[in-house]
Amino acid sequence: MKLDSMYQDVILDHYKHPHGRGLRDGDAEVHHVNPTCGDEITLRVKYDGSRIEDVSYEGQGCSISQASASVLNDLLVGKDLAEAQKIQETFLELMQSKGQLEPDDAMEEVLEDAVAFAGVSKYPARVKCALLSWMAWKDATAQALGELAERKTA
Amino acid sequence: MTTLPGLLDTEAIRKDFPLLDRVVHDGKKIVYLDSAATSQKPRQVLDALNEYYEQHNANVHRGVYLVAEEATALYEGARDKVATFINAPSRDEVIFTKNASESLNLVANMLGWADEPYRVDSDTEIVITEMEHHSNIVPWQLLAQRTGAKLKWFGLTDDGRLDLSNIDEIINEKTKIVSFTLVSNLLGTQNPVEAIVRRAQQVGALVCIDASQAAPHMPLDVQALQADFVAFTGHKMCGPTGIGVLWGRQELLEDLPPFLGGGEMIETVSMHSSTYAPAPHKFEAGTPPIAQAVGLGAAVDYLSAIGMDKIAAHEHAITEYAVKRLLEVPDLRIIGPTTAEDRGAAISFTLGDIHPHDVGQVLDEQGIAVRVGHHCARPVCLRYGIPATTRASFYLYSTPAEVDALVDGLEHVRNFFG
Repeated sequence: MKLDSMYQDVILDHYKHPHGRGLRDGDAEVHHVNPTCGDEITLRVKYDGSRIEDVSYEGQGCSISQASASVLNDLLVGKDLAEAQKIQETFLELMQSKGQLEPDDAMEEVLEDAVAFAGVSKYPARVKCALLSWMAWKDATAQALGELAERKTA
Repeated sequence: MTTLPGLLDTEAIRKDFPLLDRVVHDGKKIVYLDSAATSQKPRQVLDALNEYYEQHNANVHRGVYLVAEEATALYEGARDKVATFINAPSRDEVIFTKNASESLNLVANMLGWADEPYRVDSDTEIVITEMEHHSNIVPWQLLAQRTGAKLKWFGLTDDGRLDLSNIDEIINEKTKIVSFTLVSNLLGTQNPVEAIVRRAQQVGALVCIDASQAAPHMPLDVQALQADFVAFTGHKMCGPTGIGVLWGRQELLEDLPPFLGGGEMIETVSMHSSTYAPAPHKFEAGTPPIAQAVGLGAAVDYLSAIGMDKIAAHEHAITEYAVKRLLEVPDLRIIGPTTAEDRGAAISFTLGDIHPHDVGQVLDEQGIAVRVGHHCARPVCLRYGIPATTRASFYLYSTPAEVDALVDGLEHVRNFFG
């Protein structure tokens, strides 16, 4: 059944048992919404220099958006910013592939559990759900590092 | 098969709607339960559009040649049909717009530029309700922001009805306009027009009614409503997209200023100033949606031939059955009235903590088309503390078997995420 390509077990597991959920101390906080469906996320990032010390989040939304936030937390916490950006860009590429991209070994190595979202990319209405937390992270990172830079030069 | 008193001959009706034969997702016949978003179109309307473009296409109110006169007669003929459909005292009170949103924005902008006694300014108030579609909220927010007027609204009761307990306070001597929906697109609630209109008339406020979810489903009589403006859209009532209606009382349309300027809405134009055509043309700048108006005329013919009373009875029976069956589904909570009284055929619900997006996706896989999200009525979701709902909505072609398919589908959803 086609549905199983979207709702992979990995995704349902993350949805039912989210990793790193809850808001903790952070350098910046953003609130992003998906206006078409009402998915919302509040996300904070904490940096230790260029290393991601924590990504914490709270939100409501569908299984795809919630699982995606959980996977993001798994993948990005502890990573260096450059590596995290590469993961984010790779995930974006996969999600914008309209189901045309078959993840290869290199991609799987970068994305780990996040390759499970490949099936979601076939459903245009759901791609935004999968990307919600990733766009929030990107925004929060820009704010956090911008502020840190300002503080340094001040 | 379930039969209910009051049902239409859906077997015959469904033959008129080609899309209802559509097969989706590996051989499943579509179960279309999203008519509150847009209705499907009968062949009679599709044929009218085709015939217009193939035989009569020309711009209106301009040419002296035969086809142009035919186009004008068809366009103006559609106005006559709509006027009869809503029992308007005069055909000149029927303004064609692009949709209900444009109709409501038109009213807000007429008032925004009006002189006394209609003038909206910082000493005046605008009244709406918490159950409005965004299209009956945002135009009034814009008007309030631009004029300094105060925007007020009626809240909602826990069972999805308007809370009118403080009506004399909400609608008062400062109120210039009261704008509310006849039937809620999310809750399905049918509102008590008379009580609101009576209070508005006491204080001399104008009344604007959003009939988008009413015009397709029940007899609509603008004289009986006693409102000043009534707005609705064509595509929810078997017509094409791109055509809406604003009905307004004649003397108001004469007094109030135009909003969009351009061809068609003028009498004479010089480089310094212009004078305007009488209503309705004063409010129809530019080439109108001609084919779409003709299509709406055909839709009105189609609905009238079946009979709006009969359509309302059919939907009442389906709604009663659907409410009963849905309440049998474990963990299902209807957001809105849980009886079919004073209620339209749009039923919103939540299903445990399964997000509506996921509900809709699994239903889609079974060929069942429902709407998920906040239905352009986010304040209602906030009021009931939910991010979104799943909405099933029914029309003259809906059957009890489709209700059963939905209920079975929801069981499948529960198993999938259980």
